Amino acid sequence: MTQAATTDTNERQLSYREAIIEAMAEEMRLDETVILIGEDVGPSGGIFKCSEGLFDEFGHDRVIDAPISEAGYIGLSVGAAMTGLRPIAELMFGDFSLLTMDQLVNQAAKIRYMTGGQCQVNLTVRMTMGAGRSSAAQHSQSLHALFAHIPGLKVAVPSCPYDAKGLLKAAIRDDNPVLVFEDKMMYNDVAHVPDHDYVVDLGTAAVRRAGSDVTLVGTSSMVGVALEAADELAALGIEAEVVDPRTLFPLDIDALVDSVRKTGYAVIIDEGVQRYGATGEIAATLQEQAFDYLDGPVLRIGAADVPIPFSPVLEMPTIPDTARVVEAVQSQRRR
Amino acid sequence: MYRKMVEIRKFEEHVWDVYTRGWMPGLAHLYIGEEAVATGACSALRDDDYITSTHRGHGHCLAKGARLEPMMAEIMGKEAGYCRGKGGSMHIADMSVGNLGANGIVGGGFGIATGAALSAKTRGTDQVAVCFFGDGAANQGIFMETANMASVWNLPVIYLCENNQYGEHTPFQAVTGVDEIADRAHGFGMEGTRVDGSDALAVHDVVRHAVERAREGGGPTLVEALTYRFRGHHVGDAAPYRTKEELEWWMSNRDPIELLGREMRRRRIATQAQLDEVQTETETAVVAAVEFARQAPYPEPEQAFEDVYSE
Ligand SMILES: Cc1ncc(C[n+]2csc(CCOP(=O)(O)OP(=O)(O)O)c2C)c(N)n1
Ligand SMILES: [Mg+2]
Repeated sequence: MTQAATTDTNERQLSYREAIIEAMAEEMRLDETVILIGEDVGPSGGIFKCSEGLFDEFGHDRVIDAPISEAGYIGLSVGAAMTGLRPIAELMFGDFSLLTMDQLVNQAAKIRYMTGGQCQVNLTVRMTMGAGRSSAAQHSQSLHALFAHIPGLKVAVPSCPYDAKGLLKAAIRDDNPVLVFEDKMMYNDVAHVPDHDYVVDLGTAAVRRAGSDVTLVGTSSMVGVALEAADELAALGIEAEVVDPRTLFPLDIDALVDSVRKTGYAVIIDEGVQRYGATGEIAATLQEQAFDYLDGPVLRIGAADVPIPFSPVLEMPTIPDTARVVEAVQSQRRR
Repeated sequence: MYRKMVEIRKFEEHVWDVYTRGWMPGLAHLYIGEEAVATGACSALRDDDYITSTHRGHGHCLAKGARLEPMMAEIMGKEAGYCRGKGGSMHIADMSVGNLGANGIVGGGFGIATGAALSAKTRGTDQVAVCFFGDGAANQGIFMETANMASVWNLPVIYLCENNQYGEHTPFQAVTGVDEIADRAHGFGMEGTRVDGSDALAVHDVVRHAVERAREGGGPTLVEALTYRFRGHHVGDAAPYRTKEELEWWMSNRDPIELLGREMRRRRIATQAQLDEVQTETETAVVAAVEFARQAPYPEPEQAFEDVYSE
């Protein structure tokens, strides 16, 4: 387990978005086989402005505007990865990953295995996740758990600018297909990001706040929700420890067990739909591996069991929030 | 047709206003400049014919018979909206007039429209389906798959490509291997026509012809309407990726409402005063719809949990 690096004396601040651009730019400078492909990633810099400046620096051979053909260009990226390039493919909304399932699940995830290790699919796929913008049911989903279910794929869920850069660089260098989920509500979040070359190893969790009474496991933007809840709980005399797995696969289960061993309680918070989701997997694993340390059932908090509705009055109650976390922690202790 | 086009234009201008005032959440993709396509096409359809629409769907919905109040209410996320606030601007549907829905997924209508055509044929009705889609959507793989099935099974579907020459920020030519999308029809084994999408009468004629053929069992058609959006991809997009000259040329030479108005005066079907009156009446109706939608209540939060499954 690593703490977010604090040794860096350079207090430079970057947004989550700028951290992503910097990660790609650094890797493209270091390795000329790295290319970026996606819709509107070229001269326009992307609808979320996540590739701004890259076209100018690297040109159209390495920053490629794809047609609206998600299955096609993800398929191309798989083939390119097998044959000497190191593609980064962008899907502007994670929801559109569903058009590429065959390419990612039947092809990218399995080709190395099926061919007895003859090739590698060193592919990074970046996509957004997260609700909260009244984008309705086809532009708001958090689908990371679908992919974490698939052997052969790795899944990263950076929760802050530091990790947005470090995890993305690790993903690009990784020799496997790695899917990086970026919460679109965090693109403007600003925090310290070192300007030197560093990676955050896939499979290393981070403790975002130390505490002794309950472990809050949060992923992506739910780390922020967990931290807010921890503040409220502190006021009630409950010291929460907040742990961010940073990648769903590989999952740093040791770090989670270590925390639970100390606190005896765990609540898992993730923005994917709760049923059959990331929260369930983590909770079950904790129950298997940390049962003797638990003083109460592990609780899950995920998105409600509905497609995400448009109207804000309908949307907000479907997404996990601080109040639900506080309530869960309290109910857990009343049992 | 003139009245319908004006209605769409005014509606969209008010959506712009509603959006910039912060009265609606989400995104708004406006149809301004493209009114002749939906209007010309839907005026060749019956109420029981089907359409599938796109993220830029307000015009299709109105042209297929949607009413102003529930449209505007949906866009503002209100209970009185067509989808009771669950869908919003990108997902308006009105099954009662054959509108199978707008879609947030580019190319999301190909399967649904072709399926509706299969259904009509199997049930033995003479209904047809019109699938509206953009130049960008023409590059989705499912277009090939569904068009092939429509062709081989002779399905009553019209694929109506609204080529407004951009997909988001990217020019059509930069991502498309043919100059005219209509040319792809040949590869599917169906007829393809390109039509001036600023000319409502021309669109109407081409679509009417395709509809007649489809009703008589003559199978699918690909129609490409060349058009232009006068606003950004959505409200808030200043469209820096295209030139001011290009935009001005289209606005001053190819405004579909201007063109039809001029034609009506030339043929002495209407006087300028009569056209002005249509403008005034429509404006009043749209203003009333905005007011209705503003006053309308939001849904109850518990409604978020209804309608996931049919009981
Ligand atoms: C599957 C999918 N990919 C990408 C998007 C994002 N997107 C929304 S509209 C759009 C452009 C569509 O272009 P076109 O089909 O020409 O329609 P237009 O907006 O020009 O009317 C894109 C890329 C999407 N909604 N769905
Ligand atoms: Mg277009």
